[in-house]
Amino acid sequence: MTTRTTLGLGASLACALGMAAATTALAEGEMEKCFGVAMAGQNDCAAGPGTTCAGTSKVDYQGNAWKLVPAGTCAEIELPAAEDVTARMGSPEALMRDLPA
Amino acid sequence: MPAPAEFHAGFAAGLRGGELPPGLAACPAEAAEIARRFAVYRNNVAVSLVAALARRFPVIRRLVGEAFFDQMARIFIAQHPPHSPVLLEWGAAMPEFLSGFPPLARHPYLADVARIEVARGAAFHAADAPPLAPAALAGADPAGLRLGLHPALRILPLDFAAVDVWARNQPGAAPRPIDIARPQIALILRDRRLDVPVRAISAADRLMLDRLRAGRTLLASAEAAAATDPAHDAAALLLQLARDGALVAPADGVLS
Repeated sequence: MTTRTTLGLGASLACALGMAAATTALAEGEMEKCFGVAMAGQNDCAAGPGTTCAGTSKVDYQGNAWKLVPAGTCAEIELPAAEDVTARMGSPEALMRDLPA
Repeated sequence: MPAPAEFHAGFAAGLRGGELPPGLAACPAEAAEIARRFAVYRNNVAVSLVAALARRFPVIRRLVGEAFFDQMARIFIAQHPPHSPVLLEWGAAMPEFLSGFPPLARHPYLADVARIEVARGAAFHAADAPPLAPAALAGADPAGLRLGLHPALRILPLDFAAVDVWARNQPGAAPRPIDIARPQIALILRDRRLDVPVRAISAADRLMLDRLRAGRTLLASAEAAAATDPAHDAAALLLQLARDGALVAPADGVLS
């Protein structure tokens, strides 16, 4: 009886591992960091563990603050042009534009 | 004029509500003017510390009310001042404080809610660890596979249904009845989106997680859980952990 339970449990776990692998692959492709697209105070954490920095960006579209967005969409987010009419785009790397004074 | 070290110590004591430190000067050099100006410093310290506690314990604040919380926070600050300039390490004494705070004696579940809020702060600031790659899981043998749990993951056994209370007091939560006297076990982790969800888990879930963390294989851990609860769903727990990125390499780095 014990042996049969173990066999059943092992099989169900093996199956779950396959599903977990698929979920992990999906979840990893789900979101990416996108710099320069968050409204002031709406950024996710930029400075990593040890700080409470979520929601600390000072200006709209601040270049060194990021938000998690669906993977592959970062550069496609529509942003208004800057005051000097240069176009704005999101970037997976930190940007030098729109930094608070 | 006292020596700098003495002056600093006196200034710090004065900020916490002691006497005015010696060596203060103001213009005009009147005692009342000095006291009035020093009170600005004292008030700024108190207000910023109350604000820090309000950020760490939003559900406690919602439950007891803002005015009550702010007054209680000042008493907490006097008894448990921060020992480090890093405020995120401060506040761990809140659950014990709430248990011993006479005006809240009839609400013992609040300490458990505060435990959840302390653990969420610790989970948010915990070290990073890369989740296991899908290839490490797919096709692995449960009888040989060992899994680590993310450093942010925390398990809290609670005397009351504080997970339900916490969930009920999140923005947009629908009201529903809570059986407050029912003990719960909270699972707290930092997911892939850097959110810190709080979930209730079963005693068998907890046993399986404890065994995994102790370095037992996946199958042995699931068997231990099944031995206490034949209906335990180890696969569901495993999937949830994978989805949240909470499965990492074991402490010794050896998967199997």
